[in-house]
Amino acid sequence: MHAMQQNEPQPAAAPAKSGRAIVVTSGKGGVGKTTTTANLGTALAQRGAKVVMVDADVGLRNLDIVLGLESRVKHHVLDVLEERATLDEALVADKHTERLFLLAAAQSREKDEVETEKMRGLIASLRERFDYVLIDCPAGIELGFKNAVAGADEAIVVCTPEVSAVRDVDRVVGLLGNRFRPQLIVNRLRPDLVKKGKMLSVDDVNAILRLPLLGVIADEPEIIVTTNRGEPLALRKDAPTGAAYHAIAARVAGEDVPAPMPQAKESFLERLGSLFGGKRG
Amino acid sequence: MIDFLKRLFGQAGSSATAKERLRLVLMTDHLELAPDMIDAMKRDLVDVISRYVEVDRDKIEVNFEQQDKALAMLANIPILSVNRPNGNGTAKKPEAAPPPEPVAAAVATPAAEPAAAPPTSAPEAGAPPTRPRRRRRKSQAIASSAKPATAH
Repeated sequence: MHAMQQNEPQPAAAPAKSGRAIVVTSGKGGVGKTTTTANLGTALAQRGAKVVMVDADVGLRNLDIVLGLESRVKHHVLDVLEERATLDEALVADKHTERLFLLAAAQSREKDEVETEKMRGLIASLRERFDYVLIDCPAGIELGFKNAVAGADEAIVVCTPEVSAVRDVDRVVGLLGNRFRPQLIVNRLRPDLVKKGKMLSVDDVNAILRLPLLGVIADEPEIIVTTNRGEPLALRKDAPTGAAYHAIAARVAGEDVPAPMPQAKESFLERLGSLFGGKRG
Repeated sequence: MIDFLKRLFGQAGSSATAKERLRLVLMTDHLELAPDMIDAMKRDLVDVISRYVEVDRDKIEVNFEQQDKALAMLANIPILSVNRPNGNGTAKKPEAAPPPEPVAAAVATPAAEPAAAPPTSAPEAGAPPTRPRRRRRKSQAIASSAKPATAH
């Protein structure tokens, strides 16, 4: 396959696939990168794409448990990089969604044991087999971040409406540069708090970050419940947040659908209040 | 004012505080992450000032400080000597420094010059016909950034 690619004129044989490698990152930890990766992966695969999710958080494996696949993981990224297992042996098929696969992170190892070049090579070979390679990036901006980003050519940044998260995303976007064309998902928004002026709004966040907005995910108890069960919320297209993930997936796929935006439920008092308060801070 | 009213009606938006704090901290972050830019700015600043007074290039300090609601640039530029006024206008051109760019020249031109030259004689930078009489008592020049419009 590799040899064929190097020859300039492509032979009649089917050309190697080149899927999109998208890193899901944020700088700050705990903003929902892993949950976003799991849900976006699920939604993309349900649209018919072949998707692999790579857990690049070496030492802190989590994507498997969020997807409910923890008992199926036999090999991990480092096994593949160090040739103790083939890619096919290490890829774990998702139990809910067809065409969706996981490549788990090594748990007993450390981030600096991964060689950036090898990681780049791994992502390149995954791109030949999948439409989407979603890379779940570890928090921080050290080697783990560099390795996760190495093979990617696009980035999705996840940001919660908190000063710390916004600041870190700003930093990460600066580090990524223009090559990755980062797009934004605002996660854990509480429209009710935004309305009361107690939480940064999506506009507030993006007035600072100025990134193309993929969509907004509300802070729903449902997400905790589904994560407890190891079933991504995107499996439930009828739930508002599940639908929001599907809308984001459609936008990632290039479809012209509006960015999902959770709305606060209006109580009578609030409606009265907004008559006078007008502007939301 | 809107803030005040909101507070009065118990609508105190801590999000407004968050926004303001973020705006300031990111400005500082971006400056910190652009040491090259600061060096270049320092150089340009000194080049401009050097056309009027002789400064100690090695002892220049430029700092940024968060003041109440704005980010301020504080420059401490020790002045070694001041050119004699009316000394037939030979302001020192900076040696071995790149020629001043038009923008920098515009900055250096005193905004309100008492002995205003006729508008037609756009001065060749560095050689004004008369030396401006300006207050130069302090050996410190403090430049403060214009207050950015605070968005609410």
